[in-house]
Amino acid sequence: MMLVWWIAILLVAGVLSAIAARWNATAARTIALAAVLIDFVLALGFWMRNPVAGPGSWIEQADWAWLPQFGIRFHLAVDGLSLLLLLLTFFLGAISVLASWTEITEGIGFFHLNLLWTLAGITGVFLAVDLFLFYFAWELMLVPMYFLIAIWGHENRVYASMKFFIFTQLGGLLMLVAILALFFVHHRATGIYTFEYNELLGTVFPPGIETWLMLGFFVAFAVKMPVVPLHTWLPDAHTEAPTAGSVLLAGLLLKTGAYGMLRFVLPLFPTAAHAFAPIAMVLGVIGILYGALLAFGQTDLKRLVAYTSVSHLGFVLLGIFAGTALALQGAVVTMICHGISTGALFLLVGALQERIHSRELAQMGGLWAAAPRLSGAALFFVLASIGLPGLGDFVGEFLVLLGVWPVSRGLAAIAAIGVLIATLYGVRLVQRALHGPNVHNWRFPDLVPREGLAIALMVATLLWLGLYPQPVIRTFQPAMQYLEQMK
Amino acid sequence: MSATDLKALLPLLIVTITAVLAMLMVAIRRQHRATVALTFGGLAIAFASLWVAAGSAPHVVPPLLTIDRYALFYMGLIFAASMVFVLLSYDYFSKLEGDHDELYIVMLVATLGSSVLVASTHLVSLFLGLELLSVPLYVMVSYPRTRALPVEAGLKYLVLAAVSAAFLLFGIALIYAAVGSMELSRLATALSIREQLDLRLILPGMVLLVTGLGFKLALVPFHLWTPDVYEGAPAPVTAYIATVSKGATLGVLLRFFHATQVLSIPSILLVFWLIAMASMLAGNLLALLQPNIKRMLAYSSIAHLGYALVAFQAGGDLGPSAVTFYLAAYFVTILGAFGVISVLSNSEGERAAIEDYRGLFWHRPAIAAIFTAMLFSLAGIPLTAGFIGKFYVVAAGASSAIWSLLIVLVVTSAIGLFYYLRVVVAMYGRAEERYEPEPRLRPIPNLLLAGLTVFLLWLGLLPGTFLRLIRDAVGGLS
Repeated sequence: MMLVWWIAILLVAGVLSAIAARWNATAARTIALAAVLIDFVLALGFWMRNPVAGPGSWIEQADWAWLPQFGIRFHLAVDGLSLLLLLLTFFLGAISVLASWTEITEGIGFFHLNLLWTLAGITGVFLAVDLFLFYFAWELMLVPMYFLIAIWGHENRVYASMKFFIFTQLGGLLMLVAILALFFVHHRATGIYTFEYNELLGTVFPPGIETWLMLGFFVAFAVKMPVVPLHTWLPDAHTEAPTAGSVLLAGLLLKTGAYGMLRFVLPLFPTAAHAFAPIAMVLGVIGILYGALLAFGQTDLKRLVAYTSVSHLGFVLLGIFAGTALALQGAVVTMICHGISTGALFLLVGALQERIHSRELAQMGGLWAAAPRLSGAALFFVLASIGLPGLGDFVGEFLVLLGVWPVSRGLAAIAAIGVLIATLYGVRLVQRALHGPNVHNWRFPDLVPREGLAIALMVATLLWLGLYPQPVIRTFQPAMQYLEQMK
Repeated sequence: MSATDLKALLPLLIVTITAVLAMLMVAIRRQHRATVALTFGGLAIAFASLWVAAGSAPHVVPPLLTIDRYALFYMGLIFAASMVFVLLSYDYFSKLEGDHDELYIVMLVATLGSSVLVASTHLVSLFLGLELLSVPLYVMVSYPRTRALPVEAGLKYLVLAAVSAAFLLFGIALIYAAVGSMELSRLATALSIREQLDLRLILPGMVLLVTGLGFKLALVPFHLWTPDVYEGAPAPVTAYIATVSKGATLGVLLRFFHATQVLSIPSILLVFWLIAMASMLAGNLLALLQPNIKRMLAYSSIAHLGYALVAFQAGGDLGPSAVTFYLAAYFVTILGAFGVISVLSNSEGERAAIEDYRGLFWHRPAIAAIFTAMLFSLAGIPLTAGFIGKFYVVAAGASSAIWSLLIVLVVTSAIGLFYYLRVVVAMYGRAEERYEPEPRLRPIPNLLLAGLTVFLLWLGLLPGTFLRLIRDAVGGLS
């Protein structure tokens, strides 16, 4: 039942928040924050309480018939991997409510409705193990996210939101066709109509079909991740979204793509995925270099951070398709840490934009003098993002590189160059924005306690993941072992 | 005519009697409200009588009609849509000058024609039903006859519909010449023996038949009237054309093609493949940059019929029920969408430009939310009926492995998202001063729209019951 509660709390609180906003804006914000925190505490308790299930089995499930005519069930299930991603979801959810506390002044109720429903959709994606339900949640999280960008975004929001929606929708529809084709292939082989994940595992494909179906799923997830060359929606959407939207996009929505690769592409189509792995790995490496290079060339701070996401998610893709134990571990650790470090960077850029009304690097410089706390935090997360040892991101990317090495030394070596370029864009950001003389004579308030708290929590988490990632790795390990066995 | 015949034909008879009564009443005393009440009541009784008729279904009324569950289900859709039309028109035409009573009388005749159409198992009743439907539509389209646009639209519709009826007749004649019968059962038997068939007559006959029906369905390349008529006709009438007229035509097309299995003739399948492709592509591409919502919905309807044709060609177990579900979902959605346009119109005219909707959400959130739900349903986003409909169509396509059509469907729906989102973006935009608040509260249309939205969400979330109904209905098709 816990699984349903997670979603239901968010959905109900969204409506409550929208109603409360008619009378009192703070009440609406508080309701939203409380709901996400309740979910977080519930998930944390769930994590503490439950021993990790063995490879290929669920910790807990909820299962009801939904559309018996098609063999569709309302089936949710959680394992170590999805539990960790849910913790990340609720953590970043709380952060994004905090981040929009003063930024959003119009349509507050509707904003929080969309925010919470996006989170509910993401929760659904991480929990659904009925393919129809998964697709349902997958599409559903788009709509409120679209509204977040289209209504509360920056100057170019209409273009960005539409591009985001159309790209992901196109990918999603291809996945729908692939899901249905899988459904009928499975029916032909066994005579059973079902969308059940566990039953569709190990479907025997007629020759030639598997690759196409795998590609249908792959494209949908690749758009979300994003994989170069399907990434072009990302810089626009991230840049134009309000802070909370950018945090959710970078921290969570991209992860749903990576999660889809791990949960669906590899286990459902083991042979085709294995054959496709070299291409996917090359795409990953291209993403790493391309993202890092473009980040280096950006002058819009949000766009810069957006391109670093392309680069980091390249590592995730590389790790997932390298398929060794270390690479898979690295990919998941990167997913989690990237969510936090990039989320924090977007939070800081948002805070800065609220104060100086600009995201242009040229408008900055010498900010350290004006806002030492904000600048210090920015330095910390830039260092995390470029992979400073001792912080979570380093663990992830290092493990990926280690894991890729035995599979392909060449790709590991080229990917390592990406880390080098990361240093360049990181240093450039810090130098241009924070150091040097305060030429524009900026004077503005430093981080307020609300922002400081959010940042401090993220700093602590990253340090914990960097110094002692073992509990996290232990939690998702069975799911990764299962993937390895599939090979 | 036996008692069972009467029982089976009860829904049709009730509609006919209502039309006559309404005519008599108008002759004695004109009152908009009374005519509306009578029409609505008559349709409601006709709707209820479907269950009486279902008691004796399937029943053949020789030689023209067959009242089976399939026909009754489609009649249910038609009556329900007509009732929505009555309520919308009451609200819409109350705001206009002049007498409005005759509109309901001709609408009842059109509804009768549609019902005959879906029950017809004979080419004669097909033609009869189609004409009973078409002629009242000319009147309905140009009903506000003091305005230029409706009259132009009506004239255009008249000319093109008359031409297409001629095509249809010629097609029927050719088929009759080849087979020697116009009864559906005879046609099916004759067509099942392929060797003896004179394809030189059958093929042109079929193509002409498809031309005639394709005109009503606004499929490419018979779609040229659609944007003008959609734009010119009053919003409730447009809704009626988009739902009842197209639904009944698709219903009879499905029945004839399912019974005769002519889609297994390669050249006819090719024709449908081309029509579906062209409709999906042209509909979506032409809708992209329309600044007028009614024209945009006209092009989008072309695309939607193209999607329905994908399921139509899929055939098999899923095809007919997918078409029917898609159509039902489309009924709800398009009635809701045109309902919003109709409710927002006033005595000066309709709000049809996308710009008229800018900032609507911030002033009238409920109606903007309803319109958003309808647009998302058209785009096939989850929670709405349109999503289940699209899912069903793709499922039918995938089960028959018609990949080329499915890929086009996927790509064009992604393109289609653009123009639905344009309207959504406008409604949630921030230009506040463009929209003045609602002057007075009108419970009937508001409740109606709310009801349609609830139905939309119910079909989108828990379509199980409705699906069973459709499977029942389509199961009787043979």
